Amino acid sequence: MIEIRWHSRAGQGAVTGAKSLGDIVATTGKEVQAFALYGSAKRGAALRAYNRIDDKPIITHEKFMNPDYVLVIDPALAMTDDITMNDKETTKYIITTHLEKDELISQIPALQDKADRVYVVDCIEISLDTIGRSIPNAPMLGAFVKVSGMFELDYFLENMKRVLAKFPQKIIDGNMQAITRAYNEVK
Amino acid sequence: MAEKFDLNEREVWDGNYAASQALRQARVDVVAAYPITPSTPIVENYGAYVANGYVDGEFVMVESEHAAMSGCVGASAAGGRVATATSSQGFALMAEVLYQASGMRLPIVLTVVNRALASPLNVRGDHGDMYLGRDSGWIQIDAFNAQEAYDLTLCAFKIGENHDVRLPVMVHQDGFITSHTAQNVYPLSDEKAYEFIGDIVPVDDMLDFSRPVTYGAQTEEDWHFEHKAKQHKALMDSRTVIDDVFAEFEKLTGRKYNRVEGYDMDDAEVVIVALGTTVETARVAAQELREEGVKAGVVGIRVFRPFPFDQVRDMLENAKSIAVLDRSSPGGAMGAFFNEVSAALYTTPNRPLITNYIYGLGGRDFSVAEAKRIFLEQKANADAGHITTDIQQFSGLRGPHLGYFQTKRS
Repeated sequence: MIEIRWHSRAGQGAVTGAKSLGDIVATTGKEVQAFALYGSAKRGAALRAYNRIDDKPIITHEKFMNPDYVLVIDPALAMTDDITMNDKETTKYIITTHLEKDELISQIPALQDKADRVYVVDCIEISLDTIGRSIPNAPMLGAFVKVSGMFELDYFLENMKRVLAKFPQKIIDGNMQAITRAYNEVK
Repeated sequence: MAEKFDLNEREVWDGNYAASQALRQARVDVVAAYPITPSTPIVENYGAYVANGYVDGEFVMVESEHAAMSGCVGASAAGGRVATATSSQGFALMAEVLYQASGMRLPIVLTVVNRALASPLNVRGDHGDMYLGRDSGWIQIDAFNAQEAYDLTLCAFKIGENHDVRLPVMVHQDGFITSHTAQNVYPLSDEKAYEFIGDIVPVDDMLDFSRPVTYGAQTEEDWHFEHKAKQHKALMDSRTVIDDVFAEFEKLTGRKYNRVEGYDMDDAEVVIVALGTTVETARVAAQELREEGVKAGVVGIRVFRPFPFDQVRDMLENAKSIAVLDRSSPGGAMGAFFNEVSAALYTTPNRPLITNYIYGLGGRDFSVAEAKRIFLEQKANADAGHITTDIQQFSGLRGPHLGYFQTKRS
């Protein structure tokens, strides 16, 4: 089973991102779970969303998780939230930031012995450039596709179009660009 | 005529969406509803189906849950197929009318997304509202995941509207843990789903003006008792209809439901008995412990009312130590679910050891690790031949241990 934890603020689209990812992974024949811990959260409040992916039906319903991937889509949460909580020796981190990787890690003590498992990408800037709003979830999906190697980019983009079908073409195009750019820029 | 709704063979739905799709496919005539977290999306989605032409039925907006259930009573007495959704305080406000609906033998379907009851205010899942309905005369069916919330909502119409039953049916799912968790769901086509449920054939419908009838009459000591006895008998007798509907559903989908679900129970010595998503999480713990040589099993109650006294007994009589998990504040007693399972087991020759855990109130996480710990306490009981812990314990509670009563031993 692959487990993913998203760190986000309400309104940045982590819940939608997690559900979209689940939707697309399911088309490959896998079983998925996507959920969030928010309840009465207000816009801007820190929240966590979660994915589970497995070859067989997922019957655990615990919120507790030792994540394989931690996706941080708000730059400040990388500093203030406990992003390494319950991690493993193999957990990979994808963090949205305008900083260089070394600069970022130097500011987060918990990441200092994990540098080889940390990836950075500026999802905020990418979403502003491509979608016109600060919606960092779509670029994070592109970065995840690259780092995880779970899909070919084209396969992911085709399926993402289906997930976004109810939106205007302009929004769909913006999301496609955002995913592609983050896929190419994550390092 | 309703617009066609495109469905894929495999969808990724949360429990709320799954339930709302089942209501759409059942071609409900009237939904009277007052939304409340976490069941709001059931009503919201259904409203969108109405607004976008995907259903021909009516959506009635009302001013409270009391009015929502009252609207359902009226529409059902008139002869329509009727459904609504609620949670927690909304359920509590419906309580009076729940008894009216069952007493009038109206086959309303209520999708309940379980949530804790205030105070303190809490939007997350526990079974306080579900327990509040347990003497209301409704059939109560419990889903452990989103797929089951969909499947069992379809079954609910077919059970409740059966002329040998004629009772309202609740379909429960856990707030947030099921209602807001997206998982793979494999829906039926609209045609297959509707063909399975069939048309409603009303009994004593008020809109049949050629044959006037009265609903909600008064009966005092002369006849009230006989009415309630008939209602109880109808609930007890519904067991065979429920079994038949589950069998028919299995033929259609390959998905088999039972009034009591047993997992790894053939040779189980230590058992967790639970409701809702906990049943599935406990199964993970049981499977892991079996690899370590502990004969662990799980029993899930699928049909909470009518309570499957006989099947619970059959399933559990050969176990050695049993933990019954109550996700509802017991309010000065042993957990109600514990009491019911204990009563069933008291009538067996073996009388296995049985203890009560209060857990998960207000959505407190129930982890695989916690389930394992509970199993291992049962193992210690089984090995010792007596209960080694308090008979009732709070599990997953912060602060000092809270537990009550020990076995009387000479």
